[in-house]
Amino acid sequence: MSTKNLTINGQAVVAQENQSILEVALANDIHIPRLCYDPRVSATGSCRLCVVEVEGENGLQTSCTRLAEEGMKVETETPTIRASRKMTLEFFLSEHDARCTSCDSDGDCLLQDYSYEYGADLGHFGSLVPEESGPVYTGGNRGIIYDPAKCVRCQLCVKICSEVAMVDALALKGRALDVRISTAFDLPLNETTCELCGLCVSACPTAALWESAAVGKGRAKDLEKVRTTCTYCGVGCQIDLNVNTKTNRIVRVTSEAGSVVNDGNTCVKGRFGAQFVSSPDRLTTPLIRENGEFREASWEEALKVAGEGLAKARDDHGPEGIAFLSSCRCTNEENFLMQKIARTAGQTNNIDQCATTCHAPTVAGLATAFGSGAMTNSIDEIKDVETLFIIGSNPTEAHPIIGYEMKKALRKGAKMIVCDPRKTWVAKRADIHIQQAHGSDNLLINAMMRHLLDIELYDKEFVAERVENFEAFVENLKGFDIEAAAEGCGVSADDIRAAAEMYAKGTPSAIFYTLGITEHTCGTENVMNLANLAMLTGHIGKRSSGVNPLRGQNNVQGGCDMGAIHSVFPGYQKVADEAVREKFGSAWGVEIPTNRGGRITDFVEKAGEGVLKGLYAFGEDPVRSEPNQTKVIENLKKLDFIVVQEIFMTETAKLADVVLPATCFAEKDGTFTNSERRVQRVRKAVDAPGLARPDWQILCDVSTAMGYPMSYESPSEIFDEMASLTPSYGGMSYERIDDVGLQWPCPSDDHPGTEFLHQGQFTRGKGLMNPITFRPPDEVPDGDYPLVLSTGRTLYHYNIGNMTRGSEVINQKEAESFVEVNPKDAERLGIRHGDRVRVTTRRGSVVVLARVADRTRPGAVWMPFHFAETSTNLLTNDAFDNITRTAEYKCCACKVELAEELEPALGD
Amino acid sequence: MSQRQEVAVSTAQNAESLDLSPAMGIVEEMSPVTSGDIIPLLQRIQDAYGYLPPEAVLSVCEETGLPASKVFGVATFYSQFGMEPKGKHTVRCCKGTACHVRGGNRVLDTVEKTLGIRDGETTKDMRFTQETVACLGACALAPVMVMDNTYYGKMTPRRTELLLKEILKEES
Repeated sequence: MSTKNLTINGQAVVAQENQSILEVALANDIHIPRLCYDPRVSATGSCRLCVVEVEGENGLQTSCTRLAEEGMKVETETPTIRASRKMTLEFFLSEHDARCTSCDSDGDCLLQDYSYEYGADLGHFGSLVPEESGPVYTGGNRGIIYDPAKCVRCQLCVKICSEVAMVDALALKGRALDVRISTAFDLPLNETTCELCGLCVSACPTAALWESAAVGKGRAKDLEKVRTTCTYCGVGCQIDLNVNTKTNRIVRVTSEAGSVVNDGNTCVKGRFGAQFVSSPDRLTTPLIRENGEFREASWEEALKVAGEGLAKARDDHGPEGIAFLSSCRCTNEENFLMQKIARTAGQTNNIDQCATTCHAPTVAGLATAFGSGAMTNSIDEIKDVETLFIIGSNPTEAHPIIGYEMKKALRKGAKMIVCDPRKTWVAKRADIHIQQAHGSDNLLINAMMRHLLDIELYDKEFVAERVENFEAFVENLKGFDIEAAAEGCGVSADDIRAAAEMYAKGTPSAIFYTLGITEHTCGTENVMNLANLAMLTGHIGKRSSGVNPLRGQNNVQGGCDMGAIHSVFPGYQKVADEAVREKFGSAWGVEIPTNRGGRITDFVEKAGEGVLKGLYAFGEDPVRSEPNQTKVIENLKKLDFIVVQEIFMTETAKLADVVLPATCFAEKDGTFTNSERRVQRVRKAVDAPGLARPDWQILCDVSTAMGYPMSYESPSEIFDEMASLTPSYGGMSYERIDDVGLQWPCPSDDHPGTEFLHQGQFTRGKGLMNPITFRPPDEVPDGDYPLVLSTGRTLYHYNIGNMTRGSEVINQKEAESFVEVNPKDAERLGIRHGDRVRVTTRRGSVVVLARVADRTRPGAVWMPFHFAETSTNLLTNDAFDNITRTAEYKCCACKVELAEELEPALGD
Repeated sequence: MSQRQEVAVSTAQNAESLDLSPAMGIVEEMSPVTSGDIIPLLQRIQDAYGYLPPEAVLSVCEETGLPASKVFGVATFYSQFGMEPKGKHTVRCCKGTACHVRGGNRVLDTVEKTLGIRDGETTKDMRFTQETVACLGACALAPVMVMDNTYYGKMTPRRTELLLKEILKEES
């Protein structure tokens, strides 16, 4: 890349290749006004405010579209330029309803700023403000509101919708003075491809686009912006909660372009999912069960009862009689404390969190193969991947901001292979879409590797130097029949071969996977086999090249890192290691228990067997999230004593003896660790409702009540203790992570953090190749239950839905559950789009809406799991991964039948 | 099913009478259709239907993968495209300077009075759509009126009335 030297206002500056004059100026703190420029989209050059003079050229140049050149002499503030800008602003004002006095954006509006700066006369050209001309496309939308009278027609909303989100919902309608923003054929916004990401709002330089619910709730200049980490999904977007301190309400959620991880982009959950914080359904006071009913209690009383009850379970039944369920929705500090309490006050290794529900096979599988279980690359590296290999993952819905990075790569010309039984957004745009049968992943991966061995298209040097057990791996694939495997997958063998070659040849190639890989009875084996594929081709340990599990919950990486796992302490230091036990034991002044401990799925089972007696759970709702819900409830009811620390009255909380009202992410300080191992700050923005307290304080109090006194001044102090005991976090502190966080491993105070893992050497030394043979799913279709049921997430909801379903914006878009049925099956079953159908498995039955679409494989249906009233986990199979006890949510056998006549008629 | 598909399906269900085969035939003939083909694509659809039926355009977008928003933007930018059904016949009266000074207004008034519609409107029986144009480039024949694709020069209110009545009579 060649740089260019030029001068701006006499100041010597250096431009990068393909940098515009405007970008160079901004990079050098030279102010140039602009309304139609956003660093996230291509230059438009339509607002005419960024004009500059270039020596030797006639007239004014738009600096956003003009590339910097060697030797250029640029002036940005001559009288001619200023006069031109002033007149341009006056043209804008003639079409703009400049009632700043009643505008929500007052104080945060570029048009207002520039008009003041240039002394633009509001009335110079008279008023051509568009009059009310009928309904606009956002009419009735609870998320976004468009006001044509405030629109400056900069097109940024249309461009960002098309270029960054690649959703193409917005249109520039009409011409000249009549130009409006609309949708295709003026359809209501929610009936278009719009995903309510709100990027249009984020790009709007005025208040023409605004959040409907924020109107009148506080002007921009009165709102306090609190930078924090989003509480939805593992991407870890940096968002600004805009708080009206007078009302203690979050008015809007914004994000700043340039922010690390998300570059100012959000998804619908991040932007419109904060309403739950101020929900009237929040728990506001401690509750104690008395004669079968809850009654309100003081903190003092509730803590005493909780402490005594848990201590009794511990004392009467020993380490197997008590269990602690930590939460990946909560902070690192709180997860650290929960596992500390389990091992100190609780004297047990029965500690787990929801990774068992999702990515435990990742932690186990990648730790076995590479030595550490996490995304090996950074999110920022995705845009430079040449061949994306996406398997069992729906990034544009489940991890939308990572989806945007993949879209960036696609726009740069990346190839994409998608292996997914569903036709997702990425599948539809893939160069090769392999729509493999559910649970056939190891047939597919083995076939790919067999082919690469056959044609010797693998990285022999890498294999020789960096891995061990290669011979056993090859031996395992000896005589493996690609054609038979393809038949088992239900796809063409040629596609498998082509995919293998495309992946192997990419420089760089990277694997991305999610729960389609892990939530199987062979989940850990699936993960290890993907690791095999990466090692075989040498696509690991490089920039933009590696194995990347996209973590689900906001802090599931952190929850695991903090040692809320039965077998490991923080930083994956093994409990089985006596020296490690010694280290933690002496730091905490106790003897560390040596019982093996179990996972959440074990807790449920042991409760059913009468072995487990007491449970302390916070921030998780196993009744809703674990498979075979009926059995989960049955088993948990057998427990003697349950303490639930929650923000809502969840289904699990309803079974509790003591309920402790906790705080959500917006009400406390702490840290989350995102999917790319980046530890980022969570900051308090609003006060907790009623008597609710920060979880870390409650945890300390419960521990103290159990007889192990614990107290900290602040989350920062907890973090420091954790860092002192956790080598991979050893160099981190609140001070160091304040700005953009740090990625582990970061072992010392001067370590810059680690962008990508396994460069030159794997964490465990050499990579371990594991021979994997295919095992079919636990439950396959038969005559009674002829269809495969798979479950997953939609774009609009999160987890068990108790946070996102509190959002009116989201509910307007997706209010109820559904089942996706292939048109071929639908025809055979006599089901039409929009019918109510009953989905039944051996474990339960629910009635939901049918969405008939060519999205699932014929013979397969798909359901989201976000909806309490039609809980999908009544249906799922409690069959578990043989290593991590993660349930096979991704396939079980079901039947679907029309239920229309079973439903009572609505209305009269 | 994508949302766009759903929209297309529901819109199509609302207008079950619309025959999509001409639109699909055009797509097939022009395939592969890229964003550079939007204008000729819309012109051909308009030729086939007389206007741009939203259901046809949405279905074409679904088939070709062209964003409906972009296609709509193009369709609303150019005045040649219309999204309302047009009458069997289109009457265009010239409002250019030459026609104006030679009594073009009176020709227009006659059309409006005879058919009972104003600029851009269509008769209820879907027989006539009336439009005005800025200049037809046939100023020597002013005032000019175009019936479908036939030019009529030196029009008077009486000749206008005669022409319209003749068509009405022929078709009754």
